Parts: sequence; structure tokens; C-alpha cells
Amino acid sequence: MSMSPLDHAKAPSRRAFLGGGGALVVAFSLAPRALAQLAGGGEGGAGPAVIAPDLKGSLKNHPWLDAWIRVDGDGRVTVFTGKVELGQGIRTALIQVAAEELDLPPGAITLVTADTRRTPDEGLTAGSHSMQDSGTAILNAAANVRMLLTNAAAALWRVPAGGLATTGDGHVRGPDGRLAAYGDLAAGLSLHVAAVPDAPLRNPADYRTLGKPLPRVDIPAKLTGGAAYLHDMRLPGMLHARVVRGPAEGTRLVEPDIQAVEAMPGVVKVVRRGAFLAVVAERQWTAIQALRHLQRAAHARVTAPLPAGAATGAPLSGDAVEAVLNTLTPRDIAIEDTRTPTGPAVHTVQARYTRPWISHGSIGPSCALARFQDGEMTIWTHSQGTFDVARVVTELLGLPAEKVHAIHAEGAGCYGQNGADDVAADAAVIAFAVPGRPIRLQWMREQEFGWEPLGPGMVTRLAASLDADNRIVAWRHEVWSNPHNNRPVGAGGVLAGAEVDPPFAAPEGKPIPMPEGDGSRNSNPLYTFANTHVLYHFLKDMPVRVSALRSLGAHLNVFSIESMLDELAAAAGIDPLALRLAHMEDPRARDVMQAMAAGFDWAGRPRGDGRRGCGMAFARYKNLGAYCAVALEVEIDRETGRAWVRRAFAAVDCGQPANPDGVRNQIEGGLIQSLSWTGHEAMAFSPERRAAFDWSGYPILRFQDVPGTIDVRVVDRPGLPFLGTAEAAQGPTAAALANAIADATGVRLRDMPLAPDRLKAALGPV
Amino acid sequence: MTITLTVNGVDHAVDAPPDTPLLYVLRDDLALNGAKYGCGLGQCGACTVHVDGKPVFSCVTPVAAVAGRRVRTVEGLGTVDTPGILQQAFIAEQAAQCGYCISGMIMRAQALLDGVRRPTDAQIRAHMQPNLCRCGTHGRILKAVRRAADMMGGTVPQAVRS
Repeated sequence: MSMSPLDHAKAPSRRAFLGGGGALVVAFSLAPRALAQLAGGGEGGAGPAVIAPDLKGSLKNHPWLDAWIRVDGDGRVTVFTGKVELGQGIRTALIQVAAEELDLPPGAITLVTADTRRTPDEGLTAGSHSMQDSGTAILNAAANVRMLLTNAAAALWRVPAGGLATTGDGHVRGPDGRLAAYGDLAAGLSLHVAAVPDAPLRNPADYRTLGKPLPRVDIPAKLTGGAAYLHDMRLPGMLHARVVRGPAEGTRLVEPDIQAVEAMPGVVKVVRRGAFLAVVAERQWTAIQALRHLQRAAHARVTAPLPAGAATGAPLSGDAVEAVLNTLTPRDIAIEDTRTPTGPAVHTVQARYTRPWISHGSIGPSCALARFQDGEMTIWTHSQGTFDVARVVTELLGLPAEKVHAIHAEGAGCYGQNGADDVAADAAVIAFAVPGRPIRLQWMREQEFGWEPLGPGMVTRLAASLDADNRIVAWRHEVWSNPHNNRPVGAGGVLAGAEVDPPFAAPEGKPIPMPEGDGSRNSNPLYTFANTHVLYHFLKDMPVRVSALRSLGAHLNVFSIESMLDELAAAAGIDPLALRLAHMEDPRARDVMQAMAAGFDWAGRPRGDGRRGCGMAFARYKNLGAYCAVALEVEIDRETGRAWVRRAFAAVDCGQPANPDGVRNQIEGGLIQSLSWTGHEAMAFSPERRAAFDWSGYPILRFQDVPGTIDVRVVDRPGLPFLGTAEAAQGPTAAALANAIADATGVRLRDMPLAPDRLKAALGPV
Repeated sequence: MTITLTVNGVDHAVDAPPDTPLLYVLRDDLALNGAKYGCGLGQCGACTVHVDGKPVFSCVTPVAAVAGRRVRTVEGLGTVDTPGILQQAFIAEQAAQCGYCISGMIMRAQALLDGVRRPTDAQIRAHMQPNLCRCGTHGRILKAVRRAADMMGGTVPQAVRS
């Protein structure tokens, strides 16, 4: 089962469990927070220290079994994770992992997701790390608990543990067939023990739950109007708030008419704290009308002007992206540098590729609830960093850390750092000013577009050479990018932090080191190329507010590498897949490309004829996550420049799939989202601010333009370690689209978005 | 001002300013979660409900305009325990990721299936055009609407209600 946000609201804290009769829980074991690690792909807070390096996943940080699993006297099991449901299906996948290694039906397990008082701190739910960190921890913790339960039965019956087995329904069976229930065994057992690294795992051939397409536990409530989201929480005495800001980041309202709003019937309070401004009302519509009245004020830019190249008023792309980045001072970071003697180059291709600033475009504007009562702040948040939300609010309001409690509840999909962290801090500032009354704050649509951090604009320049044998003998890849990790870990990272008096300084942008990387993510090719030089021109100063967007720099880096491979193949007149396979030694990468080739019928594909064509691309996310190959068949309308994907096929290897249908859902979704980013999206800027505030100014893919068919083949890897999947399709899809358009038309588009007007212009008169 | 409206077959007297969008009355006064705030502009469809059988954007429909009319929300199609045909089809296809858009998707689709017995795939695509999904669940949503249409048309046996 899963908990709704409302269950969270009334659920007892873990401390309240203490002393519960017949339960296995003893004092909850919070690990100290110290050394930096890469729990959330290097994003967000450092997370807790590694204190058990010989254990796997997040057990390294939280080795005690009672941090993860509780077995009640009635046999019900509660599993705790520091990761959160973002719509990626992690709740179901983690229940499957726990059910498999505990050998229980999934329905016997209650999963509690990130809550600063109940669950381990596993850093951010980001970077496709949830299965690797939490899935691996729960897999091994559950195996430990099953081992302890089995050993307890062996001791009870005075028989060797080797002759015992679990039954799949919460019992241990003895050699003579007698049964002992988990709940009875647990009553005499402490789980406040460290996991051991070698607890036996179940044989994949015997799996009952893991690797099966279990229906997602959260979907039925989402389809029937159940209380499925933070947005649906209604606490007694709750008030509605709206935060009041200028139209976009970098602006402020000038003398908004606060007096008039204070006099509006139904307005409970106008909250001011420095330049922070919000209205609180009994009714949501009253709060919105008060906001609209205040927004009639003039606004002024209060931060540095945007670089001149940005101020076009139109979606910003290509040369304009490079012009903006050229105004910034780079710090050069060498990523890879190899020298190998080779034969002379026969074909050399040089190209620049660009990506504009892209919005997360969440369908639901960010929302949070906060309540300040008896000196204690509780925040319900859909941030990817529940523990960081508590840290931010602690610093922002000067509260003792133990008086701030953050609880995750689901929001709309975020795909990175949207307004979730900001709105949580906003709600806490408001609640602090209205003690005793729960505050529900949702941003308006234009606030989400205007104030959320965008995915950074980026530029790459590549040069590559083939010799007479079609071997790649030189490969140069330079990438220019802002930091992609500006996740708030203190008050300076959220909008309210810059508005309160005195303000908190925004932290300086920092790169994420390889192998995860940020702007550099996936800039180092997995292929074996001679004379590879990869250089990251890190640009710490951010003229536009930016942070993590699904796949970070991998979107443009994979687009660049995989476009360049097709450009080389075209120059040499060879098959693009053959060129890739000739330079790929990793057998799993080869398998995924070959699975794609078989499923798509690459050999029998329709060849480019001016109106139809095919393209493929491959990447292993971060070179350490899931492997993914994508092939697309496009149909070009030469009159409009529209490139419609008739047929898409993806193959993915994510190690042991926890839920193959969940994997397919993520790959299908990533593929469509990447087609939207790559083919259509770019934020517009006027001289003083962003210039797109709704779906008319920032259109995304709609039904008529999504692919005709999408098929995903999940390559089964029984028992192999989990590899994060959620971001694997973004880069390969982007390049496959450019490659398919080039195959169909002969036109190579290198600046995103590969939009119909550009293709039409490049194709010339019909 | 007291306004009377019929929601999922039940009459409600609501005390709300007449210009309040129907969305907020449904969510805040009637505690119905299905319709979602997405844009407040009628651009995304997350708030889609039916008024007198026609799909409307509840975020731009003043509550006064639906006084005395029949409003239907996703809660009116079924429950977790007894899901309606479209809801069964969405579960069968696992047609949700974050799911924030899905109530609106289902209400949009219901309007099609109420009027067209055997829609073509092209009709389904065209009909769903007003509703946005950011997770990229479109393919599964189209399959779910197709499945529901086939269930209603008798092509596929109706799933056993769990």
C-alpha cells in the first residue's frame, strides 16, 4: 500500500513508534552529515557521510536495518526510503524490491518516502540515482532482515538455518513443514543492527515480484480524484496564500498597492518581510484577486541587465545563445585527453551545436503547505530534496534545526529543479507570520514560467576525423555551460532568501565533478576514439536563473556526439550504426544498439528520399547509468517544415529491471519530452526579463505531434545492479531526431530547437 | 452569494463570489480533487470537467455561469473501488506518470466517447489536442482511450471491476 499526503499529515512520527508493543523498532539511527558524495548525482546537499563503505547503495550512509525496515507484531512491514515519488514510479519499484527480498506479497508492505523525522536522508531524488542508492539499500536491507528472521526460526526450532525457507507470504518454513510467522519471530528480534554485506539475495530465477510489471500503486487514486497530491491536502483552518513578485526573475514590483489589498474582504493578512510580499486569504480566489491587484504596479529590474545578445524578444537560440555565453568568463576543466599514434585523417568534420534555455514546464505550478505551531514549522513539499527544504527553512527563518520538519508529498512532474524549492520556502515564510494556521501556497502559471530556474543554454564545438579505414583518429569536444546544480542547500539558494532583509547571498555556482558531471555530463564519449580531447568551459556567472533539468548537460553533449557520428558517417558514405559498433567495445552497449537495430529493422529501414528518413543514436547515461539506443523514422512536410515521428523504437539496459513496464513508461515519456525540447522549445527574453509566461509563449508537444508509435525493448539482465533509467532517453532521442531529419532531407540542423520554420527555411522553396 | 449547482448528480448550494472560477469551487468548497489548476488560462486542460455534457475549462468558467447546470467531474465516473470504463482502461494501460494532467485527460476523452461510438485513432488524437501532458504519456493515453472505446463498443470485454 502507499500513503496519501493526508495519511502523512496524521501519521505518527517515527519517535511515536518507540515503545510500540511487539515491534522491532528501537532508537532511530540518524547518521551524521558530512563528507560530500554523489547521492543525488552530485546535486543538492552533501548528504550524510559514508560510514560503512563495504555496504551497498545508501546502506553506506545508513547501515542500521531499523533505518529502513520495521516488522510489526502482526507481520505488517513498513519500509522507509529517503527518495520520493516524482511520477517516475519509484514508489512501486521500491515496494517490489522490498517485497522480493523480504519474500512477502507487495501488498503487505507500506512504504514511507522522504520525511526528515522518519526516513533516512538519501540526498536528492535526482540524477537517476533512486534505484542505485535506495533500491540497492532496500534490496540488501531486506535480504538482511529475511536472513535474521530465518536465523531466529532456526534458533527457535534448534535446527540449522540452511534447511529453512521463506514461503512468500510472511512465514519461515522448517524442514518438517512447520511454519513461523514473521511477526512472531520479529517480536524477539532487534533490527537495530548494522547490515552485513553478504546477506544472501534471492535467486533471480525464483523472483515472485521483482522484474514483474506490477501495476503502479499510485495510479488508481490519480485517476479517480483521490487525495493523490500535495495540492489536494486540506488541513483544518487552512488559509490560501499567493506570493507577490514582479513578472520574472530579476524584477520587482514598484510600490504595489498594499493598502487597497489589506482592505479587501476576505484578506487575512499581507505578509511583508523585506522585499518578500504575500497575501493570505480565507478563499483561494480572494488571494488570487489580491495578487492581481498588486501586480498592476510597475516593475523594475533589480539585478544586472541581461546580456545584449539575449534581448531579442524572441525565443533565443543558435548564435544568440553563443553570444550570451561569450560574455561570460570560462574556467577550463580538462575532462579527457588521450594521445594515440594513428594514420592520417581523410575526412574531418567540424561543427557547433547549441541548446537554448529550456523550461521544466511542469503542468502543475509548484505548491507547498506550511504550518507554524507551538514554535515548530512543518512543511509539506514536492521538492526533490526534502531534507534540503528543511535546511533552507531553518536558515531562512533562524529556527533551531530540530524545530523544522519537512515531509514529501507528491506534486506534478518536475523534471529537475522547478519552483518546488522556492515555493516551499515561500510557504514557510508566510506560515511563520500567521502562526497556528496552515498555509497552502500555489504559484500561478506565469510565476512558474517567470521565476523557476531554467535548464541552461549551452554550446559545444566538435571536430573529428576519420582515416582511410573509417577509424576515428581524432575527436575534440568543447562544451560551454553554466552550472546545472544550483539546488538550494541554504537560504541563499531560494528566491525568498534574496528578498528578506537582510538578504542571504546566493552561493557561487560550482560544477559537478566527473564522472557525473553537469555541463560536462556525457561529454566523454563511451566509444573508443583515438586522440580524444574533451574540455569543459565552465561558466560560473549566470545571467539567467538556471539549475538542473532532466539529464543536465547530457542532452546537448549526447546530441553533439551522436550528430557528429552521423556527420562523419555521411562524409565517408558508411552506415551510422556500423560506424558506432566499430568503435564500441562495451558489450552491453553493443547489445542495446543491436536490440534497437533488430526491433526497428534498421537494416530494412526506408532510406532518406526527401520526405522520409531514419536516424538513430545511443548513449549510456553518465557512462555509468542505463544504456539506451533510440531509432526514429520521420516524415517531413516540406511545405511547412514539420518533421513528424511516424515510428520510434528504443532499447534500454538498466540492469535488473525492478518493473519493466515502469522502465518502458519512463523511456516513452523521456523520448516524447526530448522530442518536445529538441524540436520545439526555447525560452524568449526581452531586454529586461523572460518573455514567455504561458503555453502560448512556450508551446510544447501536443497530441497531434507525438509519434505514431513508440516501442521499447527492455533488455533483461537478471540480478545485475540497478542502473538509473529516468534520464536515459533524453540525449539519444535528441540526436536521433536530427539524424533522421538529415537522412530524410540532407539538411543537418545543429541548433535546437529543430523547429519547422528552420527546416522549411533550410529546405528552400518547395 | 449563494449559487446552486449540480455536481455528479448531487445538488450543492455554494456561497462564493459569482466570478469565482468553477475550478476553485470544486476543489475548495466541494473538496473534489480531480480538476487541477494548471494554467488558469484554458490552455492546458488539467481542469477539464463537463457542463451539461460538454467539456469546459473549469479554470476560466465562472461559477455563476454554471448555476442550475449539470457539472460532471472525474469523481463522477467511478471510484478507486469501482472505476469507470475509462478509468479501468487507463489503469490497464498504466497511462500515467505524474498523473497531474490525467483527470482532465479522462474528462476530455469521456466527452468524445459520449458522442462518438467508434472513434478513429485520428479522431482521438484531434479530440485530445487541447490537453497537455509534460511527462510524455501521450502514447499510453491514446491507447487507453482506444481501449475504452473498444470496451464500450463491445470489441473488448469490460474488465472485471476489482
